[in-house]
Amino acid sequence: MPDLLIELFSEEIPARMQAKAAADLQRLVTDGLVEAGLTYASAGAFSTPRRLALSVEGLTPESPNTREERKGPKVGAPDKAVEGFCRGAGVTVDQLEKRDIGKGEAYFAVIEKMGRPAADIIAEVLESAIRNFPWPKSMRWGTGALKWVRPLHSIVCILTDEAGAQVVPMSVDGIDAGDATRGHRFMGPDVFSVTSFEDYEVKLKRAKVILRADERADMIWSEASNQAFAAGLELVEDKGLLAEVAGLVEWPVVLMGTIADDFLSLPPEVLTASMKEHQKFFSVRDKSGQVVRFVTVANRETADQGATILAGNQKVLFARLSDAKFFWENDLRVAKAGGQAWLDALSNVTFHNKLGTVSELVDRMAALSAEIAPMVGADAAEAEAAARFAKADLSSEMIYEFPDLQGLMGRYYAKEAGLSDTVAAAAQEHYSPLGPSDDVPTAPVSVAVALAEKVDKLTGFWAIDEKPTGSKDPFALRRAALGVIRLVRENTLTIKLGTLIKDADLLSFFHDRLKVFLKDEGISHDVIDASLAMPGNDDLLLLVNRAKALAAFLKTDDGENLIQGFKRANNILTQAEEKDGVEYSFGADLKFAETDEEKALFAALDAADAKIAPAMAAEDFAGAMSAMADLRMPIDAFFDAVQINADSEVLRRNRLNLLHRIRTICLSVADLRKIEG
Amino acid sequence: MADTPRSFQEIILRLQAYWAEKGCAIMQPYDMEVGAGTFHPATTLRSLGDVPWAAAYVQPSRRPTDGRYGENPNRLQHYYQYQVLIKPSPPDLQDLYLGSLKAIGIDMEMHDIRFVEDDWESPTLGAWGLGWEVWCDGMEVSQFTYFQQVGGHDCHPVSGELTYGLERLAMYVLGVDHVMDMPYNDPDAPIALTYGDVFLQNEQEYSRYNFDIADTDILLKHFEDAERECAAILANEQVDPKTGHKIVMAQPAYDQAIKASHLFNLLDARGVISVTERQAYIGRVRTLSKLCADAFVQTAAGGAA
Repeated sequence: MPDLLIELFSEEIPARMQAKAAADLQRLVTDGLVEAGLTYASAGAFSTPRRLALSVEGLTPESPNTREERKGPKVGAPDKAVEGFCRGAGVTVDQLEKRDIGKGEAYFAVIEKMGRPAADIIAEVLESAIRNFPWPKSMRWGTGALKWVRPLHSIVCILTDEAGAQVVPMSVDGIDAGDATRGHRFMGPDVFSVTSFEDYEVKLKRAKVILRADERADMIWSEASNQAFAAGLELVEDKGLLAEVAGLVEWPVVLMGTIADDFLSLPPEVLTASMKEHQKFFSVRDKSGQVVRFVTVANRETADQGATILAGNQKVLFARLSDAKFFWENDLRVAKAGGQAWLDALSNVTFHNKLGTVSELVDRMAALSAEIAPMVGADAAEAEAAARFAKADLSSEMIYEFPDLQGLMGRYYAKEAGLSDTVAAAAQEHYSPLGPSDDVPTAPVSVAVALAEKVDKLTGFWAIDEKPTGSKDPFALRRAALGVIRLVRENTLTIKLGTLIKDADLLSFFHDRLKVFLKDEGISHDVIDASLAMPGNDDLLLLVNRAKALAAFLKTDDGENLIQGFKRANNILTQAEEKDGVEYSFGADLKFAETDEEKALFAALDAADAKIAPAMAAEDFAGAMSAMADLRMPIDAFFDAVQINADSEVLRRNRLNLLHRIRTICLSVADLRKIEG
Repeated sequence: MADTPRSFQEIILRLQAYWAEKGCAIMQPYDMEVGAGTFHPATTLRSLGDVPWAAAYVQPSRRPTDGRYGENPNRLQHYYQYQVLIKPSPPDLQDLYLGSLKAIGIDMEMHDIRFVEDDWESPTLGAWGLGWEVWCDGMEVSQFTYFQQVGGHDCHPVSGELTYGLERLAMYVLGVDHVMDMPYNDPDAPIALTYGDVFLQNEQEYSRYNFDIADTDILLKHFEDAERECAAILANEQVDPKTGHKIVMAQPAYDQAIKASHLFNLLDARGVISVTERQAYIGRVRTLSKLCADAFVQTAAGGAA
């Protein structure tokens, strides 16, 4: 069984694309091989900045012969039909066989395909994979027409078995496959031939290339941790950065450098952001959490053990941090003066051309925060003050340079401006929650401003008709609505959204978001619909509690049966009401009750009424539903023993009125008519 | 060549010699105010069409918003770019580029050179390409781009473009921390000049002019004039009635596009362009660039038969 080795060698592939590209190469090639009738034992794909590689082991040497019989038109069918059949089967008319099929003769095509050598199949599959490769962005170069992520220079494609290695003859846009590659751009530039995957990996390592990205990442992480540990420090974990850096080097060399004392007064987040975004440095902190050193990963060894490289990197960092410090110090001056200059500057920043400036946004947020404050247990004046300062940092130089630090810098600057910790916290937290894994603020002032920010955004974009459509949600309005839902739920807030949001369409957008949200918690849409149909559905917490209680109730035996009983009662009643043209809401009279079961139902409904009404008033849905569950047995017994359509019109009407009581009681808890099944 | 250059001008001279030796036509700077070396017609226009091209040149570049009165160690409103454009991009362009670093004294055995993803786009030129920023020990020393589209036209064949930020590169090679301290000519010359001796006063003067003095009404009028002139030039018959020859005036029109672009940059530095207007102005310059590209591909240099 031969093994296949493929390498696509190019100019530097963007780090963020490498892992997916390796996986795509494996998928495209192995799928193609299998589709053509080959099988294989195992496969693995690898990437470095300059190459994608694929190893397929235990490949069948050729595809099997196949024979397929296809039944065609009857003998004597129009020529066109016969010709069409031949075209589809890939045979000529004289190759067709006539066979008796009982009701006359029909044509049969026998399609025999000879097995093909693996090399032929590989050549086709690889060419197609290269030409149709799903790069996020690809380009042409020189005079060629081929597209690749960056210029493609060479292709290794060899099959190896006991007899040795054979190049698979193939060519793409003038690049012929061979068995030769090269190592590290600077430390192993010579061309060498390979005979198998093992040979390839060993020779690459000798030429200063670590083929496996995870091996490079492990080397970087362990070496960096060791160097930090040896200095009594700790490496700050950053998995995304680690993966990126592992994609920037073929031969990682870890170097730890110092940060000049001048910069240690900067907030650690600023140091980390500055080092990571521009330089792809890891942060190293001391026991107090202060970032005091950095780790950079070079792509080569040098005679001076990286001293020149480290000195260069330190110099670049010095310039970067000088900038950051310059911004920080300028910002501190503004902050210490109260930050008014920043607030004034917001009137020159457009929030959205139909929604005015950020300054106007702040005015709206301040008013809304004050309005929301009493609903969330916050002081209205403090909430308003927090909203007024919440966007101040957007004018700061630091945020101009590092937009990702918005909010966090606001918190620092609010403190410098002499504002309370509560207000400072809100400057940071009012953006939250941003994603499903982001924490929800709990401090009342932060909650008020966070709600105000999102409600204003939603009402604003609704007013100018910029709603999300399909997969398009450029202003992240779904996320904002979900943020409101999480803020309300996780802080168990009772807020009538209807007082803040007048737009019915926006309210129903909230309901749709809530459905998606609750579906993830295993609550089905009909249960939500049954809850939505009840009054007070702009109180999201109430809505959720009702839906959860109903979902729990429906999972019980009693719940399931009660629904059946309710539906039966409701159907009979509805039909009778339609037929008679009246609503049977006159109240049933116990004196017309004939059987014990009928009397028992009267008693049970009275008992349920007495429990459900106060439970509902207290929004105790579980209590109300458990009282409703007590109706299950009496209702079942009633239907078993009593004929609704009695001969006596008096009895019939009394029973219909009794059914009406069942309906009324049940519908007071949730609209059970919406429940499916 | 491991020996280190001693001055800013020596680095430029070495780059000129290197690229001349590699077969590039050494061009002179374009005689107009531009924001980057890419605006030189030797790059923008010559990257269009299928006529082979190889050029290298220094281009003074102006970015009014980057003015810092000469105080910032490496930010300037007027600086130099070294630009190389080769069409079609040769297969060994990366190696040629690395050779140029060696030529200016960067020893590959001691330094860490990296090609880090950086896709280039010029909204005002209607152009984009894929490539890298090149890092030397963590510092960006060049932009390396394979042009895919210019002026809205697909590039066939593709040009390879190299852009060196000369001051920053030279400061690194010469080990200087503040641009104004950098030796401009040989430090042992009888009259040794620093970059500051040559440019500090200019930076102060232009910073003040760009930020506070430039008359925005006049700038705006000039912008509109350039815009009108560009379209008017190209609206003419392609056949010149006087000579009877086909003379498409692509480059004169392109001059107007360059003017509009620089005027927009000045208006931007004066802070009179709002965020929303900004996009609209960029769109207007792009429209001009595209008109000029459309015209150039109808000329002989643009590959028209």
